[in-house]
Amino acid sequence: MRPSPPQAIDQAAVPWLLAVALATASPHGEHLPPWLSVLFAAALLWRLWLWWRRRPLPPRWLLALLVLAALAGIAWQYRSLLGRDSGVAMLVIFMALKPLEMKTRRDAMVVVMLGFFLLLTHYFYSQSIPTGLWLLASCTLLTAALIRLHGGSQPPAAIIRQAGLLLLQALPFMLILYLLFPRVSGPLWGLPQDAHAGRSGLSNEMAPGSISNLILSGAIAFRSHFAGGTPEKADLYWRGPVLDAYDGLTWRASTTASGRLRMAPVVEARGTPYSYSSIIEAHGQRWLLALDVATSLPAGAVQAPTLEVLAREPLRTRARFAFTSSVDYHANRSETAAVLQQALSLPPNINPRTRALAAKWKSQPPARIADAVLGLFRNEDFHYTLRPPLLGADAVDEFLFGTRRGFCEHYASAFVFLLRAAGVPARVVAGYQGGEVNPVDGYLIVRQSDAHAWAEVWLAGEGWVRYDPTAAVAPSRIEQGIVAALPQGEPLPAIVGLDADWLRQLRYRWEAANNAWDQWVLGYNPQRQREMLSRFGMANPDWQGMSAVLAVLCGVALFLVTVWTLPRRRRADPAQRAWQRYCRALERRGVTRAAWEGPLAFARRVAVERPQLAALTSEAARCYAALRYGRGDSEQLLVLQECVHRLPARWRNRP
Amino acid sequence: MRQLNVLQQWLFGRRHDQQWPLMLGQRRIFIVPSAAGILFAVVLLVMLVGAINYDLSLGHALIFLLAGLGLVAMVHSFHNLFGLRLTPGRADATFVGALARFPLQLDNPRRQQRRALELSFSAQPVVAVDLPAEGSASITLPCLAQRRGRLDPGRVTLVTRYPLGLFRAWSYIHPSWSCVVYPKPLRTPLPPASAATIAEHRQGDGGQEDFAGLRPRQLSDPTRHIAWKAVARRTDEQALLVKQFAGGASDELWLDWSLTPADRDSEERLSILAGWIMLADEQQACYGLRLPNQQIAPATGSAHRAACLQTLALYQTEERRDAA
Repeated sequence: MRPSPPQAIDQAAVPWLLAVALATASPHGEHLPPWLSVLFAAALLWRLWLWWRRRPLPPRWLLALLVLAALAGIAWQYRSLLGRDSGVAMLVIFMALKPLEMKTRRDAMVVVMLGFFLLLTHYFYSQSIPTGLWLLASCTLLTAALIRLHGGSQPPAAIIRQAGLLLLQALPFMLILYLLFPRVSGPLWGLPQDAHAGRSGLSNEMAPGSISNLILSGAIAFRSHFAGGTPEKADLYWRGPVLDAYDGLTWRASTTASGRLRMAPVVEARGTPYSYSSIIEAHGQRWLLALDVATSLPAGAVQAPTLEVLAREPLRTRARFAFTSSVDYHANRSETAAVLQQALSLPPNINPRTRALAAKWKSQPPARIADAVLGLFRNEDFHYTLRPPLLGADAVDEFLFGTRRGFCEHYASAFVFLLRAAGVPARVVAGYQGGEVNPVDGYLIVRQSDAHAWAEVWLAGEGWVRYDPTAAVAPSRIEQGIVAALPQGEPLPAIVGLDADWLRQLRYRWEAANNAWDQWVLGYNPQRQREMLSRFGMANPDWQGMSAVLAVLCGVALFLVTVWTLPRRRRADPAQRAWQRYCRALERRGVTRAAWEGPLAFARRVAVERPQLAALTSEAARCYAALRYGRGDSEQLLVLQECVHRLPARWRNRP
Repeated sequence: MRQLNVLQQWLFGRRHDQQWPLMLGQRRIFIVPSAAGILFAVVLLVMLVGAINYDLSLGHALIFLLAGLGLVAMVHSFHNLFGLRLTPGRADATFVGALARFPLQLDNPRRQQRRALELSFSAQPVVAVDLPAEGSASITLPCLAQRRGRLDPGRVTLVTRYPLGLFRAWSYIHPSWSCVVYPKPLRTPLPPASAATIAEHRQGDGGQEDFAGLRPRQLSDPTRHIAWKAVARRTDEQALLVKQFAGGASDELWLDWSLTPADRDSEERLSILAGWIMLADEQQACYGLRLPNQQIAPATGSAHRAACLQTLALYQTEERRDAA
């Protein structure tokens, strides 16, 4: 093989490659710093102008200088060159500047390969349906650019059509590989710090404002599908972290509850159990947001002593979990002293007025105290709002006796403080409450706007009992959701606010499609792969077996594609075929038509050489000539086709 | 090394192809990933590691789609050659230092176009051609004629990287082509006719009396030889005509090997002879060629010129010695 010399790029192919750069880099504009986007656009426009005016490309040293300057800018912007985002920024810079030194076809190939790589980096940020469609569109463009580079000049539409055809033929391979390629669950090595940046969800502490920020987001936290019926909306308490340590400002999970003690909780479930599975979006924490209270857990998960279900590793990707839960239960009727001690601890010397109020109730039974607090919230002038006034050092005092405006975190916090001050073990539970059933696919969607905080009180003989002080203030929050509970004029969570019916229908459909996409496309992980293969009879598939099936299926697909694209030849028209058959029949009888001989001339020669065949041959020749050169009709075609059968049996007396 | 040669012999065969038109079947088509294809595979591998590491489902989809695209591109590269029909034509003779042109007809019997077919002799300029659906194209393949004699350009390499450049499909075609390569003419003045013929053909005193015909005027012709009457009659002709006179030595000019400088090497002497032939032909002289072991009787015309030049071309080449 002779290495081909570097071939100069066809100038007319340059716009294709600029389109490749634009298509693969522009979606990153959403999260790149503006100066980088501007630099990218300027470089592309510069190249386009050079192409348009047929100017020479800039010198190498200038480009090297630009690359260095841009790299310095990136290092300054991201404080590192090794992270995920700075890596993407570098790729974008290379994509912007490579066309400026694109002289040969090999340079153009580098641009296309860089484009493939850039396409992959989009999925760090989004793997939604639009991104998937963009994948197909940009792959078509990149393939078209390759065809333009290697196939010479053609109308753009023809090139795009060929690219589409190639991709269409590649689709079966993609499906086979997607289903059967042995999946490895990553990561293969340590990921950079920012690998999972930008995940939102509950945090493991409740500081003032942390939940109200979450509530304004319409993003989906998780989806659940119930095998049987769905519980009442008022029973939908999805348990997140249990916060039992208070420092006067922030509620946190103490190490007493979850860390040192490894005692499994004792749960006595009553009533019908609900089976369901949840697809939980990545939130970077371990809790799995089971419906209170989980009675059977997904494989690999544990139940903390404080009842929340925890995965072994923080949830880095969307994943699916199956649970069974009971909404009617007793939990930990007998509780360890350490946990109860933690559930009573308060920081000293703050909120004196609240402590004084609680002291008055101290002699009453715990359940009565809890009811008294709820009665206080219900009967006094308390309001539910997402825009509460700011509170100072004695936050609970100010809230209870001053502002009286707040949402779940204020009410839960004040409730637990009061009970603890009155000597009743209590703790804050963060999680989600409610959800909305999508009528299109029957999934219950729980959004960040459903984030909630409530309280749990330990009552002797009953264990931990849930009290939701927010329900006392704004019952509609629990029964109908956040929108109903908020007063007029408050800013509504982004998506939740849409109330027009057709918009709501559209949103249901879109989210159902997204759900299917998440589950069947994005959620296809090693576990899902094993499930699917065992459904097709491959019990316990190992990678050797999968590779073998993969190879066989790819071979079959390759064969089918080969046959499909096999050169198709034009079939001779029926008249010609019939005439050729007749001539072959005559050949077997000793008269061979010469290649140059026309039908009528041949018939005249046959008449001389084989008088017996004269009439038939001249009829066949006449029909053929009429069909081929004149205006023959189907009747003549029939006659011609019949002639071969009317030939007498094989001529015996050959000369 | 020997095994490799045997393998190459078996794979690529070096015999001439006999049957025309030649249809490219799978036995004749070879395909390997190109450099770009290898780069593509490496990029896919790196992307796969990235997709696994970051657990990107859509990344997996992209990589698998591209892998499928690579496989499909291989099939298409193969089909771009498969079923192509080739018919070689005859090459016209040429001079040393000029390009010999070998005509080749390509027929595409199928209903899809074929693109970016690149044909060349080894280490010679490449000719690229696109074939429309059910269409054909005639190309001429250039081959630099470096030596006098019969030029065997060797096999044609037909390469395509279409559609994506990820694979290089190629085929070898080896017609029994040959092209006569004349010596490069060296322009020197014609030998004096008298020297060539003085012994046998002394007739009068040379070339001014017997009218023999007309021919286009050349700058060196004396103006008194211009046939004004004839020019006036033939208004369509641009060039002036001059009267040609037979007589003297000019009726039989012998271009003799022994007249060339004996101190030059034989190739140069052949070049001088070729230059004389060209000059004599331009002047429409009647000339003969005499080489040490053969001679061609004097005549005129392009066929005569070709015969003379061919004799020079093949003088003491392998072929001649075999025949002798």
